[in-house]
Amino acid sequence: MKTAGEKQGTFDVQKIRGDFPALRQKVYGKPLVYLDNAATTQKPQAVIDALVAFYTHDCANIHRGVHLLSERATKAYEDSRTRIKHFIHAGDEREIIFVRGATEGINLVAQSFARPRLQAGDEILISAFEHHSNIVPWQIICQERGAHLRIIPMNLQGELLLEEYEALLNPSTRLVAIAHVSNALGTVNPVRRIIDLAHQRDIPVLVDGAQAVPHAKVDVAQLDCDFYTFSGHKMYGPTGVGVLYGKAQLLEEMPPYQGGGDMISSVTFEKTIYNRLPYKFEAGTPNIAAGIALGAAIDYLQEIGMERIAAYEHELLEYATEAFSHLSGVRLIGTAREKAGVISFVVEGVHPHDVGTILDQDGIAIRTGHHCAQPVMDFFNVPATARASLSFYNTREEIDALVAGIRKVTEVFS
Amino acid sequence: MPDLRELYQEVILDHYKRPRNCRRPADANLHADGFNPLCGDKVTIFMRLEDGIIRDIAFEGSGCAISTASASMMTESLKGKSEAEVAQIFSHFHDLVTGKTASDNDNSGLGKLEVFAGVREYPVRVKCATLAWHTMRAALAGVKDTVATE
Repeated sequence: MKTAGEKQGTFDVQKIRGDFPALRQKVYGKPLVYLDNAATTQKPQAVIDALVAFYTHDCANIHRGVHLLSERATKAYEDSRTRIKHFIHAGDEREIIFVRGATEGINLVAQSFARPRLQAGDEILISAFEHHSNIVPWQIICQERGAHLRIIPMNLQGELLLEEYEALLNPSTRLVAIAHVSNALGTVNPVRRIIDLAHQRDIPVLVDGAQAVPHAKVDVAQLDCDFYTFSGHKMYGPTGVGVLYGKAQLLEEMPPYQGGGDMISSVTFEKTIYNRLPYKFEAGTPNIAAGIALGAAIDYLQEIGMERIAAYEHELLEYATEAFSHLSGVRLIGTAREKAGVISFVVEGVHPHDVGTILDQDGIAIRTGHHCAQPVMDFFNVPATARASLSFYNTREEIDALVAGIRKVTEVFS
Repeated sequence: MPDLRELYQEVILDHYKRPRNCRRPADANLHADGFNPLCGDKVTIFMRLEDGIIRDIAFEGSGCAISTASASMMTESLKGKSEAEVAQIFSHFHDLVTGKTASDNDNSGLGKLEVFAGVREYPVRVKCATLAWHTMRAALAGVKDTVATE
């Protein structure tokens, strides 16, 4: 093991860890080893400070008050929208819709974009390793409209079969909805290629970026995706806020998702005129504090730099994958060539839930279960997996602790 | 800090690795399915009930050490018992794993099942320990829907 203060490469991980108060705690008397980052990330002090500052000084409703506090709150919220726009390289603030999270982003597109266009016999195409949130909203509208949900298959490494994908695209395909990075397997999808193939046939594409945005630079203009959605809490921001990016032209054509305040420009009992973008899709008072703090999370990430984050996490994943290869009786689930920092695994003869409990006693937090991707578990013929998911604040020492913990699991069950 | 060995006692590990009565009896006249959505554990309980007595009880399924051992040991302890006795054992077992009774209380008549007392220190694991038991009760009550612990 390296000494605690040692820098790893040019990346000062100990300094970064100092920014996250939750990482300083002990659980069961042991230092917390937090490896459940695909579920949610811990928050840097800057994000916590932004939440506190809003409630301490600027708490007011937005887009309506004439008073100073409302002006400040509105400005902070809209500044955050602009930061998000730059962060994902969108062209216009009108294309940045605040939602509760990626799940709501997908439901919005399902209800306002896909549903009105969907007719009996039409098809929506998703992949074999989607999160339930990118399966169920499509099932709901397909069932209602007599349309079909088609599945792009994958290989045993957890990589999509692009030839099969191309063969599935046909004149009845109304939309492709695909994860940028799989939460259960870590596979990084070739989304640019997937989008190109769909666009050659004029089929729009939604990308679920919940597991991608925290880990690498995302450029929606370069991807040319029609919709891109992600959650704030998986990218070091607060829970309860997320983003839907949509091409302005498509968003203009879509009816509102929910009715209420802020999404209208005038209401009479006879007729309502909807507000312009992006407000047309933002009914009701939003999670203002979380929206502002998400801007602080983006500032924090950009200060470190997404390229450096991606490089460090990749190095950590390689270190972990190498360490896992020396563990006997441990099988990795998801071994794609292009992989993000997700290590899904099963220990021979031990149920993942027992793995999770034993690791927890050593202060190691991982996820166990089906990761909201039951079809993936069925495909690999396992009831569940244990999953360690990495962040740039994790260290090699923590990977060592994880590996030692898994050895202990094997001992208890030997 | 709870001791792992309190949870993963030898007898529990033994029943996990070599579950007893893990089979599907052809002459069962009652059965029910149980599911724990949290961890994906599935169990089916089969029983042959005659004159209010459990003549045979067995299970099939996949689950963690706690849920598998619990199902295995439950089948051993309930065979030959009357419905009234089963209700009493269920209640004592439930109190034991949820911490309603002291773990050193030896008046409950649970015998070997007392090894599950360690589960009380792990609130998220209580559902693992009780899945087979809830499913058994559903089988006795003739419940057709899958029993979920969530």
